[in-house]
Amino acid sequence: MTIAHGFDYVRPATLDAALACLASDGSRVLAGGTDIVPWLRDDLIEPEVLVDIKAIPDLGQISVTDGRLILGALVTFSDLIESDVVRDAAPALVEMAHQVASVGVRNRATIVGNLCAAVPSLDAGPVLMVYDATVEVARTGGVRSVPLVEWFVGPKETQLAAGEMVTGVTLHLPAVEHAAVFLKLARYSGEDLAQANLAILLTAEHDCRLAFGAVAPVPFRAAAIEAVLCGNALTDEVIADARALVAGSISPISDVRASAEYRTHMCAVMVERGLRAVASRLAGDGPPYPTHLI
Amino acid sequence: MRTVTRHQIQTVVNGEPTSVEVEPNDVLLDVLRTALGVKSPKIGCERGDCGSCTVLLDGRTVRSCLVLAVEADAHEITTVEGIEHDGLTAVQEMLIEQSSFQCGFCAPGIVLAAAELIELVPRPTADEVREAIAGNLCRCTGYESIVDAVLAATGSGTSATSRGASS
Repeated sequence: MTIAHGFDYVRPATLDAALACLASDGSRVLAGGTDIVPWLRDDLIEPEVLVDIKAIPDLGQISVTDGRLILGALVTFSDLIESDVVRDAAPALVEMAHQVASVGVRNRATIVGNLCAAVPSLDAGPVLMVYDATVEVARTGGVRSVPLVEWFVGPKETQLAAGEMVTGVTLHLPAVEHAAVFLKLARYSGEDLAQANLAILLTAEHDCRLAFGAVAPVPFRAAAIEAVLCGNALTDEVIADARALVAGSISPISDVRASAEYRTHMCAVMVERGLRAVASRLAGDGPPYPTHLI
Repeated sequence: MRTVTRHQIQTVVNGEPTSVEVEPNDVLLDVLRTALGVKSPKIGCERGDCGSCTVLLDGRTVRSCLVLAVEADAHEITTVEGIEHDGLTAVQEMLIEQSSFQCGFCAPGIVLAAAELIELVPRPTADEVREAIAGNLCRCTGYESIVDAVLAATGSGTSATSRGASS
């Protein structure tokens, strides 16, 4: 099946040139294309011009500076898996990337593209949220930094405005010792979209951050659950308190992948397993990164 | 339909420098099969789920149904036709010897997925083989015969001991 809609294609060599292209109506960024191309085929989008950003230098950067892990807009899921910098700084990203789609998609799909496509089941959302990630946005004449927790407006809707482009995402690494986990519930262990996903980050000072995906219109940090976890050792009682808050924190739908009831039940299971795993990782005897924890 | 700018793209397809004119909405899979006559990438789901259109782009597997042909400009494309330098690869030989496929529709994609894996991990475990081919759907075999052949070809033993753990 061909793409029926005609459009122009440009491949600017600089960020400034790309931003100039994006200032025109009907322009759209093309990076990995793993969402854009199916959307074009299905006539879900009808751009006038695709602005391919893959020739822009530096957008593939992965670097740590002053406690911040910076992932450029062209960093793919395979890049995460193969990066020593990521494995050292935020190995939960590797745990996530191993569970995204298939190798052939991961070689092409970008983290930033995942954030911009903004489907509710995106795997990058929850794990980046527990690192207090910010989305770096540029337009001609300016830049802005948007906290990821404010980035998603609704399914496939973000704060990105016309003429803007995301240049990267920044993770703010905790200064104290910490550990993290990513759990993805799917119908089978191979390639599938999430029925529910969950990321938890725990620090040695009992700061505990917890974010869900695929069980609400957008990924989100579960503030009520974090409130009972922060400042406390993760005893059986504290974990039970956290579990009890799960059903009230999420708003899953029933669809072809799972019923709302199943998602709700399993999210509680995932919270318990995730908390036990992250606590054991912080203690130094947890499951190695990456592990399928559910 | 509105007028669009056509592009003359330069690629290397299976080692041969190749120039072809494409429109921006031409998909790589279609250009390979129709304009260039490379038939091993198969038309399956056309949404990136089945893996039958897999090709190597600069040595890494991609879904050619998810790549615009114009994006392949200045890049190198390799299909099953191009990975045979001196006869069949060891994985191909073992897939044949063990009769790993039935209909064979998924075979080109799986051969390329295995080739990429072995380039990165010369002696993969059964779990690594399963992860590498997880996006290549085979509706005939149940995968065991394929995993066994890749392991046998790479000297990693058989997958019999790990079946329970990874099912």
